[in-house]
Amino acid sequence: MGTKQNKKGKAYTRRDFLKGFGGGAIGAAVVPKILAQESASIETKKGKIPVCSKKQVTLTVNGEKYTLVVEPQETLLDVLRERLNLTGTKKTCNQGECGGCTVLLDDEPVYSCLYLAFRADGKDIRTIEGLAEKENLHPVQQAFIDTDAYQCGFCAPGFIMSTVGYLETQGNSQSNMKLNMEDIKTAISGNICRCGNYDQIYKAVAEAAKKMGRS
Amino acid sequence: MKEFKLAQPQNLAQVTSLPSDQRYFLMAGGTDLLDEIKNEIIDPGVVVDLKSIPDLAYIRSTDEKIRIGAMTRVSELAENSTIKTNYPVLHEAALSLATPQLQNVGTVGGNLCQRPRCWYYRDPQVECRKKGGSRCYAARGRNRYHAILGGGICHIVYPSDLAPALISLDAEATIATANGDRTVPLEEFYTLPRVDVRKENILKANEILKEVKIPPSKNEGKSTYVKLKERGTWDFALVSAAVCGIVSGNTFKDIKIVLGGVAPIPWRLEKAENLLKGNPVTDDVVKQAAKEALSDARPLKENAYKQDLAAIAVSRAVLSLV
Ligand SMILES: Cc1cc2nc3c(=O)[nH]c(=O)nc-3n(C[C@H](O)[C@H](O)[C@H](O)COP(=O)(O)OP(=O)(O)OC[C@H]3O[C@@H](n4cnc5c(N)ncnc54)[C@H](O)[C@@H]3O)c2cc1C
Ligand code: SF4
Repeated sequence: MGTKQNKKGKAYTRRDFLKGFGGGAIGAAVVPKILAQESASIETKKGKIPVCSKKQVTLTVNGEKYTLVVEPQETLLDVLRERLNLTGTKKTCNQGECGGCTVLLDDEPVYSCLYLAFRADGKDIRTIEGLAEKENLHPVQQAFIDTDAYQCGFCAPGFIMSTVGYLETQGNSQSNMKLNMEDIKTAISGNICRCGNYDQIYKAVAEAAKKMGRS
Repeated sequence: MKEFKLAQPQNLAQVTSLPSDQRYFLMAGGTDLLDEIKNEIIDPGVVVDLKSIPDLAYIRSTDEKIRIGAMTRVSELAENSTIKTNYPVLHEAALSLATPQLQNVGTVGGNLCQRPRCWYYRDPQVECRKKGGSRCYAARGRNRYHAILGGGICHIVYPSDLAPALISLDAEATIATANGDRTVPLEEFYTLPRVDVRKENILKANEILKEVKIPPSKNEGKSTYVKLKERGTWDFALVSAAVCGIVSGNTFKDIKIVLGGVAPIPWRLEKAENLLKGNPVTDDVVKQAAKEALSDARPLKENAYKQDLAAIAVSRAVLSLV
């Protein structure tokens, strides 16, 4: 898609355009009013069940807190990409089959396309953008580069998040943990690489395990 | 995804007493429900969040039974050490299911109540019998992954891996209803299409599967889950066999066999069980039983291969008990 110049002479990208629509994080001050308008309830013999079409949530993403209002059907994936502009997490199959949208939710890998944003309230979310420390890549990122585990690269953020989630929960080499190839394959079995670069990806995970003292 | 409103009840009684003039959709982990909403197979209007109800996720031992709350995540089941030691069939079924990402979110109740994967059912353009239409498109269409037993008016296979495993363990299901809790053997929880083609189980509107209970494991008992699938990595079962039994000396003392992937409900193989009980454990006895067991199968045009796979799954599972 072509780009347009804005007033400051900076190029508009398709993403800025979309972002303008989605609205960034909405300030907490306007929240109660919106929520009040949107709330209702269902009467039952056992009391009222609250019903809403908007909810205020606080997400901690890569260590930063965001307070925003989400609709029940908004997925964590869409909130990350469209509202927080964290587009490293990929929207690929959008139905829990490919793993491109994998993020860590309280340190566990989940598909953000099948996880509703309202449920992430109060949770700690880590995405590919949060791995590197300044110029230093995370050992898993470095291992993917060192072993040529990228082809088109589109699936890489998902594979990397699955790998980080997996390796962080494994004991280190002192605890006599030995990772074998079968464990590695199982750990990243929820991710698919359309280019079929699996051999290099498996090597990358094994290499990362070494770098992190997990093998 | 189409908009919906979110209802957040505080307890199960509120859900079971929801007014009956509207249909409400229950959401556990949401990994199946959201897929149905995204693909516009359902348009829920209001989604009832079961996660807002406290104390539905647990694995507890009481009265020597193991009680598993419906909202227990599959990953918690797979990691539980009691289950791993005493009920290998359930541990193996949990590990075999979907992917790590889905195990971290999907729940036991959601897995046991998930909707079928028939590609005509999952296609928003197709109004088949299960969706209120008048035809089953799988009967004469593409039916490679469909049922070889128990189909009739709708040939889905029930996709859950936990269901056959739990039934082989004689699990019971506790259902929360407007008139209090009701417990049934999990085997009787599932219903054939001829009972009601729109449904796969006995739950009425706004009833909830609350927990499953497994009887104490027998010391000498063994169990295993064999899942045959098309791909090396995650996949639904083409055919699976959950087997629990006791082999004493070299004789089958007791055995229970439940198949997944062959019928609209988890399919108990009583015929094979009877052929095995009291008989010596030999290749021939097992192969004969496995073959006999599937003799009443009625494969469709593209799925006769499942008959052979089922015999293999049964033999493998049964022989591994020894
Ligand atoms: C890519 C992929 C691969 C998969 N592979 C497998 C596999 O190999 N084996 C397998 O067994 N499954 C597989 N599944 C299915 C997966 O296990 C289910 O999506 C999951 O278990 C559903 O759990 P949930 O808690 O997310 O259910 P939800 O999506 O929340 O609910 C599923 C259905 O059950 C109903 N429901 C949920 N809880 C209750 C309850 N307590 N009482 C009454 N009704 C309830 C809901 O209304 C809904 O209709 C796969 C799914 C995907 C997307
Ligand atoms: S098998 Fe059942 S779900 Fe599939 S097309 Fe036939 S009626 Fe529909």
